[in-house]
Amino acid sequence: MTVLHTAVATTPATTSSTGFPVLLALLLLPLVGAVVVSTFRNEPRAAKLVALAFSVIELGLAVVALFVYRTGGARLQFSASADWVPSFGVHISFGMDGIALVMVAMIAFLVPVVLGASWAEKLPEGRSVAGFFALVLTLEALMVGVFAATDVFLFYVLFELMLIPMYFLIGNYGGVNRRYAAVKFFLYSFLGGLLMLASAIGTWSYVQSVTGNGTFDWATLTSVVSHAPLSTQLWLFMGFFFAFAIKAPLVPFHTWLPDATAEAPVGVGVLLVGVLDKVGIYGFLRYNLELYPAASRTLAPLLLVLSVAGVLYGAIVAAGQSDMKRFIAYVSLAHFGFMGIGVFAFTQQGTVGSVSYMVNHSLATGMLLLVVGMIAVRGGGSVRAEDYGGLMKVTPILAGMFFLAGLSTLSLPGTNSFVSEFLVLLGSYQTQPVYTILGTIGMILAALYVLWLYQRVAHGPIRGNALVGLAGGPGAAADPSVGARKVVRDLSGGERWVLAPLVVLILLLGFYPKPLLDVVNPSVTATVQQVSVQEGN
Amino acid sequence: MALSIDLTAVTTPIAAPSVNYGAIAAPLVVLGAACLGVLFEAFVPRRSRWGMQVGLTLLTLLGAALALVLYLRHAPAAGVTTLSGTLAIDRPALFLWGTLLALALGAVLLIADRTVDRGGYFVANAAIRPGALSERADRLLGGMQTEVFPLTLFALGGMMAFCAANDLLTMFVSLEVLSLPLYLMCGLARRRRLLSQEAAVKYFLLGAFASAFFLYGLALLYGYASSVKLSDIAHAAAGTNRSDTLLFGGMALLVVGLLFKASVAPFHTWTPDVYVGSPTPVTAFMGACTKVAAFGAILRVLTVAFQATSWEWRGVLWAVAIVSMFLGAVLGITQSDVKRMIAYSSIAHAGFILVGAIALTGRGLSGTLFYLVAYGFTTIATFGVITLVRDSDGEASHLSQWAGLAKRSPLLAGVFTFLLLALAGIPLTSGFVSKFVVFSAAMNDGEGPLVVLALIASTIAASYYLRVVVLMYFSEPAADGPTVSVPGPFTTAAITLGVLVTLVLGVWPSVVLDWAGGGSFAL
Repeated sequence: MTVLHTAVATTPATTSSTGFPVLLALLLLPLVGAVVVSTFRNEPRAAKLVALAFSVIELGLAVVALFVYRTGGARLQFSASADWVPSFGVHISFGMDGIALVMVAMIAFLVPVVLGASWAEKLPEGRSVAGFFALVLTLEALMVGVFAATDVFLFYVLFELMLIPMYFLIGNYGGVNRRYAAVKFFLYSFLGGLLMLASAIGTWSYVQSVTGNGTFDWATLTSVVSHAPLSTQLWLFMGFFFAFAIKAPLVPFHTWLPDATAEAPVGVGVLLVGVLDKVGIYGFLRYNLELYPAASRTLAPLLLVLSVAGVLYGAIVAAGQSDMKRFIAYVSLAHFGFMGIGVFAFTQQGTVGSVSYMVNHSLATGMLLLVVGMIAVRGGGSVRAEDYGGLMKVTPILAGMFFLAGLSTLSLPGTNSFVSEFLVLLGSYQTQPVYTILGTIGMILAALYVLWLYQRVAHGPIRGNALVGLAGGPGAAADPSVGARKVVRDLSGGERWVLAPLVVLILLLGFYPKPLLDVVNPSVTATVQQVSVQEGN
Repeated sequence: MALSIDLTAVTTPIAAPSVNYGAIAAPLVVLGAACLGVLFEAFVPRRSRWGMQVGLTLLTLLGAALALVLYLRHAPAAGVTTLSGTLAIDRPALFLWGTLLALALGAVLLIADRTVDRGGYFVANAAIRPGALSERADRLLGGMQTEVFPLTLFALGGMMAFCAANDLLTMFVSLEVLSLPLYLMCGLARRRRLLSQEAAVKYFLLGAFASAFFLYGLALLYGYASSVKLSDIAHAAAGTNRSDTLLFGGMALLVVGLLFKASVAPFHTWTPDVYVGSPTPVTAFMGACTKVAAFGAILRVLTVAFQATSWEWRGVLWAVAIVSMFLGAVLGITQSDVKRMIAYSSIAHAGFILVGAIALTGRGLSGTLFYLVAYGFTTIATFGVITLVRDSDGEASHLSQWAGLAKRSPLLAGVFTFLLLALAGIPLTSGFVSKFVVFSAAMNDGEGPLVVLALIASTIAASYYLRVVVLMYFSEPAADGPTVSVPGPFTTAAITLGVLVTLVLGVWPSVVLDWAGGGSFAL
């Protein structure tokens, strides 16, 4: 923690420090916000407003960052570095490439939405609203840090720290089985993280033996370790692989995800599926592929098999879920597998498709989860699909939103996800036709089940325990044909404001994805080159 | 034969060994003050004893630290040996002394507290039979046996000599000097007398066994090398055709004695019972300081005496480390008592420390030393917090009583969560940095598989730390749950010290890492 010195001097071609203050602000603002919010312990309304204000300013900063970013510029922009533990070559260094930047922008966009969606969240007895909002802001800062870290040690530190606010968010504010889900989530990720730490230390050790200088700087590690013999790379690859396979998650490391998603409050679930899991795919791209290209090529078949297994397994198991949150978790599992296919096919289009899918999946699935949460609020907290039916007749706007989110999830042309899915198919088919075809079958199944769920919940006669109560139940409007119908209101003004930005982005990116792809493209090119360039080794 | 005494040996004056008083000032201060403390017990009137003993002990620790700092300013970097080579005062020894003094300060603060348990944690008269009428009378009177302070100082002096001992005989003597007071201190608890006395007897019997092992190993090694000096053993082991049986048999027995003190499984069986039965401040003292001293000695013995033969014995210590890590991690899950859980956690941690200690490289040494500091302070603070959660019957150490504690006392729950996360090795705590430095040293030394196993054991151990967090935060408090005492200045200071060091070493470890890596053992 000595004086800040920019990393420009060492590697002028790949890093640029322009705009670092913006990144610094992006990192610190949510932390300051968390501290401020936690002082409003007894004023829940003020706490919510302050938290929302901080998250909106953060979003503004992210937009500024998008404009500061130069598409044809250095690989890592906004970068700066300072020593942390000099004897081990550990730095506090941050910087973003295009992939990290769009993910950071995604986080900044989702957090205000999530805070808005949690506005009227019924917290368990005795839990403080300020605590909830402060934890979400803390999580935001750590998530931005994870994507922006350019020192492998720092990345690990933030990767593990990220678990703590999430653990408390699930364990303190979640559903009935929250303790089990929180501990399971924590232990799975912790184990993965520790194995990654072992690999990181191994990488450090290798670099030290080659150059005489141990360092955790990502760029230096990449330039040295990527030339390591295959046997070394394979071992080191595995540690990072386990961490990200658990995080992403790939089958068979996924079992924590349905529990955590089902038990977490809806807003937290959106962050979990929308951002935290993306760290896994991002990690594959940034760490596994770039640090260990030879091992990546060798193990690609294994990774593709796991990805395809994820797609098929997720799609098939989703069909058996009656809990709508679990259903979404399993459909996401299929989507993560599909992103995996795009990444491990090592083609430009496939990878661009996967990266843009990371963003689009957050939007689509995030919206789907939020809509399910809004349905659950109306149905007395039930998330079981059987408890609903004919929602279209009761709450047309809500059902319409459900439909839109569903369409985006199944990648209908005109919605955001279509572009990504198409690119993944296009790219992966060139090198991996068999896996791509198998994966596509799974995606079709997943799409089918989304439609089927929508049909069960929204169409047909009004039915289900959540909507139709016992005769003479509270607030019942008598309707002899269907029994006593409970009074259910359509979307409130606040809820419309929460969903509106998502709808706009889903349609906007569906028709005009170019800005997103432009930001992502150069970074993906660099990654794909890194994997494929040393084919001769 | 007995009559044929060599007269020259009797008549030649024995040359007095030269003593470098500056180098050994710190342990001399501690041991001297311990003797003074005994005199206080004899001559100072009862009502002013407590105050004088506490004052003396704290002054002693400060004085010893001052002596250490003064010596450090012009200490030779390579270290010196003194008292005819029986003590080696080198960088690791000085580092360990500093660590021991700082940890002892924390422990003494806990021992001296009289506000949490009215009148202190110690019985006025250790010979009272449990359950007798006199015991109840003692509890009402609230007096306290102040011998615990000189006993602490004696143990501390023994520990300091233990980790600087350069020959096995000195090491054995200091082992006894540090152990005997500890056996006594275990039996002094004011509450739950039976458990406390049982702990003392258990610790004494098993400790005596371990000492016998140590002594037997010493004898075999003497037979092998004709010397008890560590460096002579190293010389003898390098390229001779003497019997390896003596060397490795002796080493095995010796190391068993040392591993016992460090509570490394499978020599750990005393640990849970003694941790639970002892008065909690004494547990803190044992958990932190004894571990430091024992691992200091293990490091010195392995590095100085047995480095040349490390290929032969390292596999065995690998196995011991693995057993210790997994046994501590797995059995900790099933515990229902906080102190017992921390005891198993200490067994797991002993395994992690051993992973670094057998690396026998510069990084291994500095990493292990760092781990000892970090772990010691976290332990002191952890036991400090445990003393605060009480019901009418003393400490409420059953885990079920900790349910919902976060609602009653958010600060205490927050502090304890932080300490548990440090024990689990979460980043930004000293526990993480210490695991990192130890494991990276081991990895550098080609112990990759051992490191992976250690990390898996860490995850298993994390599950029981998390269980306590779950209990404190996510469970509803019981209706007749324990109360959280407001700590007096002494306990507050001890906990604050431990927590601050845990945090600072986690965020900014560079300074202490540099100190720990400042030099190697003198020969």
